[in-house]
Amino acid sequence: MIVAEQKKISEIIEMVSPYRKVLVLGCGTCVKTCFAGGEDEVAVLASLLRLAFEKQGNSKEISEFTIERQCEDEFIQEAAEAIGRNEAVLSLACGAGVQDIARRFKNVPVLPGVNTTFVGVMEDRGLFTEECLCCGDCRLGQYGAVCVLTRCAKKLSNGPCGGSRNGKCEVNPETDCAWQLVIDRMRELGQLDSLREYIPPRDWRTSNAGGPRKLFREDMVA
Amino acid sequence: MKEKPCSNLQKLLVNGEFVVTAECGPPRGMLKEAVTAKGELLKGYVDAINVTDNQTAIVRMSSLAACVHLLEMGLEPVMQMVTRDRNRIALQSDLLGAYSLGIRNLLCLSGDHQSFGSQPDALNVFDIDSIQLLSMVETMRDTGRDMSGYELSHAPRMFAGAAANPFADPFEYRVIRLAKKIAAGAGFIQTQSIYNLPRFKEWMRLAREQGLTEEAYILGGITPLKSAGMAGYMAARVAGMDIPDEIIKRMRGVPKEKAGEEGMQICLETIEELKNTPGVSGVHIMAIESENLVAPIVKAAGLYPRPAAE
Repeated sequence: MIVAEQKKISEIIEMVSPYRKVLVLGCGTCVKTCFAGGEDEVAVLASLLRLAFEKQGNSKEISEFTIERQCEDEFIQEAAEAIGRNEAVLSLACGAGVQDIARRFKNVPVLPGVNTTFVGVMEDRGLFTEECLCCGDCRLGQYGAVCVLTRCAKKLSNGPCGGSRNGKCEVNPETDCAWQLVIDRMRELGQLDSLREYIPPRDWRTSNAGGPRKLFREDMVA
Repeated sequence: MKEKPCSNLQKLLVNGEFVVTAECGPPRGMLKEAVTAKGELLKGYVDAINVTDNQTAIVRMSSLAACVHLLEMGLEPVMQMVTRDRNRIALQSDLLGAYSLGIRNLLCLSGDHQSFGSQPDALNVFDIDSIQLLSMVETMRDTGRDMSGYELSHAPRMFAGAAANPFADPFEYRVIRLAKKIAAGAGFIQTQSIYNLPRFKEWMRLAREQGLTEEAYILGGITPLKSAGMAGYMAARVAGMDIPDEIIKRMRGVPKEKAGEEGMQICLETIEELKNTPGVSGVHIMAIESENLVAPIVKAAGLYPRPAAE
């Protein structure tokens, strides 16, 4: 999933303060799963904003709405009416959702309520970890399904650096050394020898380095 | 290793000399004298001087410029090149520039992560890794082509080296990684500072078993300990450093004013062991900001005078 984290309330208050009527718009998929922007978070944030502005003696109308996904037109349309009634939208979706909403509602400012952080998983209760950089050229098969591009702080393709100690990364002793995970897993799979192979430099054109990416599916065009 | 040597360092190694190199960190400033002063301390005591590339991710005079200052003194530099700060375009360009200025040895590293430095807010590059950098240097040297396959007017013939840390984990992969570095083009290997001799010797045994010491020259890393505090700090805080408790106890066991001597003694014992370890071709002395210690170590270790350079 896409993992996000709600922005600090002070930053949000500053962003929405020029507007009298604000819609807090939740997204019911990724950001709901990581407790950043689902229906529950929308309710809590909207209450906090009402309280904060009340305290300031600032009369504002804060309304709430949550759709299944802010990155899919079918669901976005469900929010059209609510958006139309407001001066600004505070979207709790990931960056893609914020932009998709803005693309469809040209006259309404759309503000980000979360910081989109990474593509990851909930490894443990309350612990989210980054797993994928969306490089566009997946090599997980070579590395025992551990992404060294994402999970090695130096993006090393050919083995661990000299800072791997007791299975941990020198950059953050609370982070597993990705290469230790690769080696452990390849050993279990009986494929350790395949790590002797030289991996040549990557072609970064498939990644964001080649500019914003597009995927065109001809078979989907009616 | 059979073709004409690229550098004096390579020539000495080919001739079977037990070589001595030392590390020289460029200044956090632009004074040439800061480099040449270190050069003066090392002149005559080492065969080549290894110049770091913004080590610990702290901005310093570029390795390339500091190498040129040493060259002008008649000293042979080993230029360090890290992949942290430059993409493949800049790395190839700097390699060509370095060669044009007379630099013939290149140590290929990934580099200390920027989070350890004074500007942890910086973006890193890591377009390629250190093994891919070795392969780049080898390809340019052996084919005269850059990474795009473009034929350069001349082949920059650099003697390429790499670092190895026998003390990092996972141990079973350390020799595989050494083999990969050598296969990618490393002609010499500098190791992390050696304090844990049994582990180093085990690593060397595995390297010999795989024939790696026939394919590359291994220089053992030496760092003189100056105090018990330094030993404790390095053991606990320096990434990839392995200082056994016995060494820390030895440093703590002497009065403060004798700690330097004890550190020197440990150095000399280590060098003696390295001389007698098959497959070790020399030592690389990393006396961080204590370049004045190099000459006494080299003399006391019986490694002075150095063979004449051409």
